[in-house]
Amino acid sequence: MGNEIKHHLNDAILMAYAAGSLPEAFNLMVASHLSLCDGCRTRAESFDVLGGEVLEQMDGGNAIDLRADSLETTLALIAGGPVAEPERKMTSCPILPSPLCDYVGGSLEHVRWTPVGMGVKQAILPTSKDASARLLFIPAGTAMPDHGHQGTEMTMVLKGAFQDEDDYFARGDVEIADSDLHHTPVADIHEDCICLAVTDAPLQFDRLIPKIAQRFLRI
Amino acid sequence: MLWVEHITRVRDEKDTQAFAELFAHFAPRVKGFLMKSGADASLAEECAQDVMAALWHKAHQFDPARASVATWIFTIARNRRIDIMRRQRRPEPEDLGWGPEEEPDQADVLTLQQETEALGAALADLPQAQRELIEKAYFGDLTHSEIAAETGLPLGTIKSRIRLALDRLRHAMK
Ligand SMILES: [Zn+2]
Ligand SMILES: [Zn+2]
Repeated sequence: MGNEIKHHLNDAILMAYAAGSLPEAFNLMVASHLSLCDGCRTRAESFDVLGGEVLEQMDGGNAIDLRADSLETTLALIAGGPVAEPERKMTSCPILPSPLCDYVGGSLEHVRWTPVGMGVKQAILPTSKDASARLLFIPAGTAMPDHGHQGTEMTMVLKGAFQDEDDYFARGDVEIADSDLHHTPVADIHEDCICLAVTDAPLQFDRLIPKIAQRFLRI
Repeated sequence: MLWVEHITRVRDEKDTQAFAELFAHFAPRVKGFLMKSGADASLAEECAQDVMAALWHKAHQFDPARASVATWIFTIARNRRIDIMRRQRRPEPEDLGWGPEEEPDQADVLTLQQETEALGAALADLPQAQRELIEKAYFGDLTHSEIAAETGLPLGTIKSRIRLALDRLRHAMK
């Protein structure tokens, strides 16, 4: 697993994942990549360690007072038993890592695709509205519309591969695009491509037809 | 082995004295963490109590070969904050539940504790300006752009200071 991944998550994203300040859609991207990439998982864990040390050293340890009955209240809370937590179902399939299986309610067969033209299909995943996540199915050899980006867009390949002006992306590889990047991703000719794409802003398409497509894509 | 034995005593003996000592150390820090994230004092107090109660109930899941006690409590507090204050889910990577399958190897536990302490020492040694930005990133629930708006520093300066801080921390860990 993971040995051939060439394009990884950066420090800013991993640190924000540890800090808990990413929108849900980006958390889903990070969790999915970490499921496939041991290297980034280790880096992510070291950002948890850093968070623990920030907590350990914070001046609030002395400055913040607890309520006088804080310990007693907590012990009473404990006596009441644990709060029931939803069971985490850890299903996985050969294509979708378990965080994604969780969001589609099963495996790749459970994805409800919507056609968006040119054989491309998408499925929007249910996340909080501050960013969006979707699965994209791009037939082998198909080009996505030429587009730029207003915010940050991250795309991770789950099956097949795609190529853009910058590089070649295969399973587990993450492309991080911001407003500097303007590109035309093309799915590898050998295999249909499935990607997870997350974005915190609408994509900007350049041509008239893709602009109409954008309305259907709901991005 | 800072605090590890306390957790073991809570887990195996339901030792309220050990719990009270953990509480005195960590509960004010967790409360401060939540207040710096924007919670008012009473919400932060309530959440800090929840986090400490979760520590009691989840003590059997703690694996000292994988995390220090501070790291573990940090992750519980962070997840609680996302749950309560942002009302969002936090997807976790595949098969990354806390929880030892068997008794952890003492050598692994020691290595992890030493590395954690080394990182803590390196964090304490950072220049003030770099250290503050790291803290803001963790406690403030702020993106880099929001930190830029709050501090009045250009976004580029913030990114490069955080990068410098991380480089120093990595260097100190070698
Ligand atoms: Zn990676
Ligand atoms: Zn793009």
